[in-house]
Amino acid sequence: MGKISLEVNGRKVEKEAPDNTLLSTFLREHLQLTGTHIGCDTSQCGACVVHVDGNSLKSCTALAADVNGSKVTTIEGLETNGKMHPMQEAFKKLHGLQCGFCTPGMVMSAIDLLQKNKKPSDTEIRDWLEGNICRCTGYQNIVAAVKEAATKM
Amino acid sequence: MKEFNYHSAKDSKEASKLASSGSAFLAGGMTTIPSMKLGLATYKDLIDIKNIKKLSGIKVSGKSVTIGAATKHVEVANSKDVKKAIPSLSSLAEGIGDPQVRNRGTIGGSIANNDPSADYPSACIALNATIHTNQRKIEASKFFKGMFETALKKGELIEAVEFQIPEKSSYQKHPNPASRYAVVGVYIAKYKSDVNVAVTGAKSCVYNDKEMAKALSGNFSSSSIDGMDLDSSDMNSDIHASAEYRASLVVTQAKKAVDAC
Repeated sequence: MGKISLEVNGRKVEKEAPDNTLLSTFLREHLQLTGTHIGCDTSQCGACVVHVDGNSLKSCTALAADVNGSKVTTIEGLETNGKMHPMQEAFKKLHGLQCGFCTPGMVMSAIDLLQKNKKPSDTEIRDWLEGNICRCTGYQNIVAAVKEAATKM
Repeated sequence: MKEFNYHSAKDSKEASKLASSGSAFLAGGMTTIPSMKLGLATYKDLIDIKNIKKLSGIKVSGKSVTIGAATKHVEVANSKDVKKAIPSLSSLAEGIGDPQVRNRGTIGGSIANNDPSADYPSACIALNATIHTNQRKIEASKFFKGMFETALKKGELIEAVEFQIPEKSSYQKHPNPASRYAVVGVYIAKYKSDVNVAVTGAKSCVYNDKEMAKALSGNFSSSSIDGMDLDSSDMNSDIHASAEYRASLVVTQAKKAVDAC
């Protein structure tokens, strides 16, 4: 049991949690931020991707204790004053989702791509999204949405 | 996941002192955490070594590239110094897993785990690496002992990996399309007097293929290993590839690596 102090979506949080608490569990069950999804729980599907100190990671494969003191951004932290993030807008506009389960991870991962590569090619987008699986296989529109967002970000 | 105690060590000395028969060092956790979640491994204590500053960073000298054990794959992939000194090493790092794995996974963690299909062990063998621990220096050829086994003793911590800069080198892998682990990966490095042909994914542990190395030392051309019939009797066979197919892939990837040098 230890104290976990994080800044989540701009808000400081401090909670006691057992040492074996995963970051995904901490976000979903201790902070009730259920936008971060758990798909495979084996670090393959990417539904649980969040940003820690600006970089994307799979929150089901990081301990909360391990990222203690960091700044975390989840899908809930993207909107500003009730307005969607350009990546969320692009996913909505171009139907970059079907069932929507993989979407939080896709969006968080794609934003990290655009932080590092402002104008990615189709191949670079597909390569980057290697760790995000969409079982509706809606990849065409997801790639199109990321390209669209790149023009707006 | 079963309960354990998490510790964050300030330096190698503290990490070593905390180590016991029921502990493991935690770096990126890309294998340790999934193994614990699946119940394949249980530890009483996890000793996080990521916050030990001395363990991160890349140094390039005239003859070698030294990478701190807790350096992440993304840092090796993006390092201008590594790209210049040993481009094949940065492209190997860029081909590991996916971006989120590369943002967390470390070189020390990869070689300490010694997965039979991991990429980095082949780089260590091909590039005549020396593994620096908090107790000694170990030649790569004596470090990888067998499936998930290394020469590391309990409480011994990898601090850095030192690679010798070759004249030419290339790493080519046939990745598993889901995990990006190597079904077969071949790392070829040419030095002034010899050639190393490190193979990962094919057997229970990374190895230097002496037969191909000998042929390439005589004539460094893919034609000198073309059609080579490797012994597949101790090669891995699973749902992804039979032993015979792996034997053929080793030659194919080796030829690609020589051509890319």
